[in-house]
Amino acid sequence: MARAVTTRTKAINTAVAWTVALVIFFPILYTIITSLKTESEAIAGFNLIPSFTIESYIAVQTQNDYFKPFMNSVILAIGSTILALIVGIPAAWAMAFSPTRRTKDILMWMLSTKMMPAVAVLVPIYLIFLRTGLMDTRIGLTVMLMLINLPIVIWMLYTYFREIPGEILEAARMDGASLWNEIVYILTPMAIPGIASTALLNIILAWNESFWTIQLTTTNAAPLTAFIASFSSPQGLFWAKLSAASTLAIAPILIMGWFSQKQLVRGLTFGAVK
Amino acid sequence: MKRFANALLCASALSMLGTAALAETLTIATVNNGDMIRMQALTDDFTAKNPGIELNWVTLEENILRERVTTDIATQGGQYDVMTIGTYEVPIWAKQGWLLPLDGLGDDYDTADIIPAIAGGLSYEGKLYAAPFYGESSFVMYRTDLMEKAGLTMPDAPTWDFIADAARKMTDRENGINGICLRGKAGWGENMAFLTATANAFGARWFDMDWKPQFDQPAWKNTLQSYVDLMNEAGPTGASSNGFNENLALFQQGKCGMWIDATVAASFVSNPKDSTVADNVSYALAPDTGLGKRGNWLWAWSLAVPAGTKNADAAQAFVSWATSKAYLELVASKEGWANVPPGTRTSLYENPEYSKVPFAKMTLDSINAADPTNPAVDEVPYVGVQFVAIPEFQGLATTVGQLFSAALAGQMSVDDALAQAQTAATREMTRAGYIK
Repeated sequence: MARAVTTRTKAINTAVAWTVALVIFFPILYTIITSLKTESEAIAGFNLIPSFTIESYIAVQTQNDYFKPFMNSVILAIGSTILALIVGIPAAWAMAFSPTRRTKDILMWMLSTKMMPAVAVLVPIYLIFLRTGLMDTRIGLTVMLMLINLPIVIWMLYTYFREIPGEILEAARMDGASLWNEIVYILTPMAIPGIASTALLNIILAWNESFWTIQLTTTNAAPLTAFIASFSSPQGLFWAKLSAASTLAIAPILIMGWFSQKQLVRGLTFGAVK
Repeated sequence: MKRFANALLCASALSMLGTAALAETLTIATVNNGDMIRMQALTDDFTAKNPGIELNWVTLEENILRERVTTDIATQGGQYDVMTIGTYEVPIWAKQGWLLPLDGLGDDYDTADIIPAIAGGLSYEGKLYAAPFYGESSFVMYRTDLMEKAGLTMPDAPTWDFIADAARKMTDRENGINGICLRGKAGWGENMAFLTATANAFGARWFDMDWKPQFDQPAWKNTLQSYVDLMNEAGPTGASSNGFNENLALFQQGKCGMWIDATVAASFVSNPKDSTVADNVSYALAPDTGLGKRGNWLWAWSLAVPAGTKNADAAQAFVSWATSKAYLELVASKEGWANVPPGTRTSLYENPEYSKVPFAKMTLDSINAADPTNPAVDEVPYVGVQFVAIPEFQGLATTVGQLFSAALAGQMSVDDALAQAQTAATREMTRAGYIK
């Protein structure tokens, strides 16, 4: 029997939800507001009403070309996501449908790599990139971002695949489907919502990754994270310009997140409630 | 026809290969400040004079830049051909063999024209390892109208007692005017730059000749207590969060009677476009306490060539161009003398056009008053005015800076902050092997 919800409770829930949403979104909102202020206004203190000047956007574009780092961000985020799915789907399939005694241990081991501070492996990774000629290349960084996010991709896909009845795959096998056909024509279409939300989350994570994208690039493969880092100034006011650069950098991913929020929420809560 | 097309294709390919082989690309790592950004806009002059050299810029936040170039230089990565570093890094990195000596700057470069104090800070064992792009010291910027209202006249070389007295008299809380604005934000390059330089004037020092920390000595107590008391009585609220940029904003908005900070700030506070007090600003040397040292520091953002570069000659050609007399003239011709990078060359201060800039003379006097090789009243085993040029200083001074910032915020007493600083410094110096 459905629980009766009074109008008052609804209103309170709505107000609480909006408040929480506003609190979470506020840093981004204030960044956008600051980007529309002059430098003096930006540092003058807390103020929600900007003078709506676009001088910081003009300064940012004059000082640095936005398009090149933007294209690098797009290529790195999408490229690393595709690579991660190519590796992650078969891996998650194997663990979900042919588990062994060590599957759980392997999953935990993969996740444990995320617990290590990135800076701990900076020098070896840096040297590998130098020696192999991958430094400041999109290919090198795409592989790096794929490796960073792979544990999360496999974990998410594993969770989705576990929700798919193994009997369906067995039936396909009975009908003579090969392993390839089983993954491509049976499993993947059924897991599309899960794969889509994994891909979206991976794109967001890759887009926002700032440690490796700054450490392993100079000019050719530097994405928007490096673009933002270039607007902080040791001497001189820069908050408005930095906010404008940040707004330009987050705008594409924010818009993408807005349009795909349904899939994202559905994917992230998939299997959470039974 | 086909043969002709093939020949044309081969010729094009060869010419492209030839161009690729001839063109050298320099990657230059730099920080984001007005002078550096201006230089990027003027590099057409360099590429026109050096047609075989192309320039790539990597602009990063100061601390990220340090982290990035340190990794690259320590691994001999060769990602950068020219890097922007300060007077803190130069002696340390030169000692490690990470930098190339600048001995190919050209016959007309005139190294002797570099201001001696700056050249000294960028040299190691008598060799220049970085060329100064702009140099700075610190001095007092003050409001002439408020000083007059307080019935005082600022001397060119004030004492700390005068500054403290003037700050208290200029403070007008009702109208939001603080007598003095000083750095309080924790960091080796923030509050510790100011306090280390100030400590020199009070007769304090970081270490004695045996590298034993000196925070338990009366001179440090006097330094920190004077600073905290003055800031509590005449400083802005929330001063423990204020660094260069926050104080710049306060001063430009007319909320500070005095501000002791980098000489480079003079061009900001005197610019009527951004500063509401531009017409009422004047300058004086950083104060002393009569012990023979002033609380002014010395810093130069400089261009250096890392040992791992594959384009050493082209890199030195660029460094030579960017730090030459001709570059100063180029900036002056495009943007006026007030926008020329200051504090690097003696000849700039002999130029009658530049001497019309109101803060020019005081900047030079401040730079000349700093002595990085002999910074404190007592003898010290280190080089550096507002820092100690050892690799451990960055981390240690940030820890000490957090303690001093907490003392300013009232979260701990001055005595506790100094006692904890002494413990932290002793532990770090013992661990690093300085104290046997």
